[in-house]
Amino acid sequence: MKRSLIAAVAVCVGTSIGPGTASAGTIAPADVRIVDMMVAESLTGVLGDPANGRKVFANRKKGNCLACHANSDMSEMLFHGEVGPPLDGVAERYDEAFLRALLVNSKAVFEGTIMPAFYVDSATLNRVLPKFQGKTILTAQEVEDVLAYLMTLK
Amino acid sequence: MKKIFTATAATALAAIGAASALVAGPADIPLIIEGEEMIARAPAPDYIDGVDTIYSGWLFRSEETQALEVDDFENPAMPAVDYGLELWETADGSEGKSCASCHGDISEMAGVRTVMPKVNENGELWAMEEYINDCRVNRMGAEPWKRTKSPEMLGMTAAIGLQSRGMPMNVAIDGPAAPFWEQGRELYYTRVGQLDMSCANCHEDNYGNMIRADHLSQGQINGFPTYRLKWGGLGSIHRRFKGCMKNIRAEPYKPGGPEFTALELYVASRGNGLSVETPAVRN
Ligand code: HEC
Ligand code: HEC
Repeated sequence: MKRSLIAAVAVCVGTSIGPGTASAGTIAPADVRIVDMMVAESLTGVLGDPANGRKVFANRKKGNCLACHANSDMSEMLFHGEVGPPLDGVAERYDEAFLRALLVNSKAVFEGTIMPAFYVDSATLNRVLPKFQGKTILTAQEVEDVLAYLMTLK
Repeated sequence: MKKIFTATAATALAAIGAASALVAGPADIPLIIEGEEMIARAPAPDYIDGVDTIYSGWLFRSEETQALEVDDFENPAMPAVDYGLELWETADGSEGKSCASCHGDISEMAGVRTVMPKVNENGELWAMEEYINDCRVNRMGAEPWKRTKSPEMLGMTAAIGLQSRGMPMNVAIDGPAAPFWEQGRELYYTRVGQLDMSCANCHEDNYGNMIRADHLSQGQINGFPTYRLKWGGLGSIHRRFKGCMKNIRAEPYKPGGPEFTALELYVASRGNGLSVETPAVRN
């Protein structure tokens, strides 16, 4: 567990930390490039916080990942969905750059999937409710946080 | 016995953190309302590609909710039906007529629900609400009822629908209905909203699966207007469509408008063969 966290940290540091930090370094949804089903760079340059990622994962108004995915790490919570595969051990099946691409735009990774794209330009979508126009489901940092959390699921 | 088993199983599953497998799929029991067996599962019509069998939404609900629909004394929609029956006999408007003045007993309406929505003589697609308001305005000289939430419209559509209970849904999709049906099909498969989903993503690809605490059904409309425990009252088909669209953060179409009426025709056609269950009860 500890070791994997360090590994995740190393990847982030190695690929993303430029001179700027925080929001100055945030990549806008329309500018994220998914290459070969991967996004190698952090969206923000700020290390993901797995504890917050865990909250975003369960929060119905944020990731609401639990709506579709069972996750044994959250056995204290009722009602895990079964629309998508259980996420136990997901960090062992995929690497970080792939999971970031999946969170950013699931459709670029699993064609035709029901899974929402959490960080895409809302102008590419149909009939978005006005109050969500111009917004992404998750912020760039929330994507990084959920990703950091997923990397703990061994 | 069954109930206890389910509760224990749910607890056990919650404990291991994955509420899967046991709840998957529609219940394997008959739907018998007031002693009459409903057609709650049927072969899918041949123009539907995505599913082989169509199922009543009742089969996906908990035993507690199911019990409310099978006994008219328990069914919380019945007071609204009684109100509809009363309105049927009540004269209103400048012509001093009631529905009964022209149509006779409400039992004359048997079968009407099974063919709604349908194309009117001017070539427009109308749902039951539009036919009712047409009578009110043009034959009774009365004010139209509010389409989506008025107790009058809900009571009347429930009372008329009940006359067809048990009869199979049978909307026409050919002839003048064909272009509307095509439009409805297009809407059914179009992804919308910030969550970017279509009706089919949930109700065709994932019925039987849990989406958080909800057991996904096929989104059939043979039981509408439906008493929803969450609403604490009856709700119309277009209200339900609107709710599903808002859940995926999509801007809903206008209730009673051409898009929702076309979608209603298409969704109704996906249930052709299932018994009318009006007024159904859902959670
Ligand atoms: C509406 C349903 C839905 C939601 C919400 C959802 N997913 Fe998914 N997810 C899926 C489906 C379905 C798949 C499988 C790909 C496919 O077949 O479309 C999937 C696949 C995945 C996978 C790959 C799993 C594997 O073993 O292959 C991961 C990781 C994942 N999702 C993470 C997440 C996270 C994290 C969130 C929330 C931030 C989330 N998902 C929200 C439906 C969903
Ligand atoms: C994110 C998933 C999702 C999407 C997308 C969705 N629905 Fe639903 N729908 C639900 C859930 C959950 C319920 C309540 C449980 C059930 O009956 O499936 C429901 C219920 C319904 C019902 C009531 C069924 C009954 O038995 O009373 C209808 C009708 C319906 N949906 C139609 C639609 C239509 C039409 C669309 C597209 C405009 C749509 N839904 C999109 C999740 C969804």
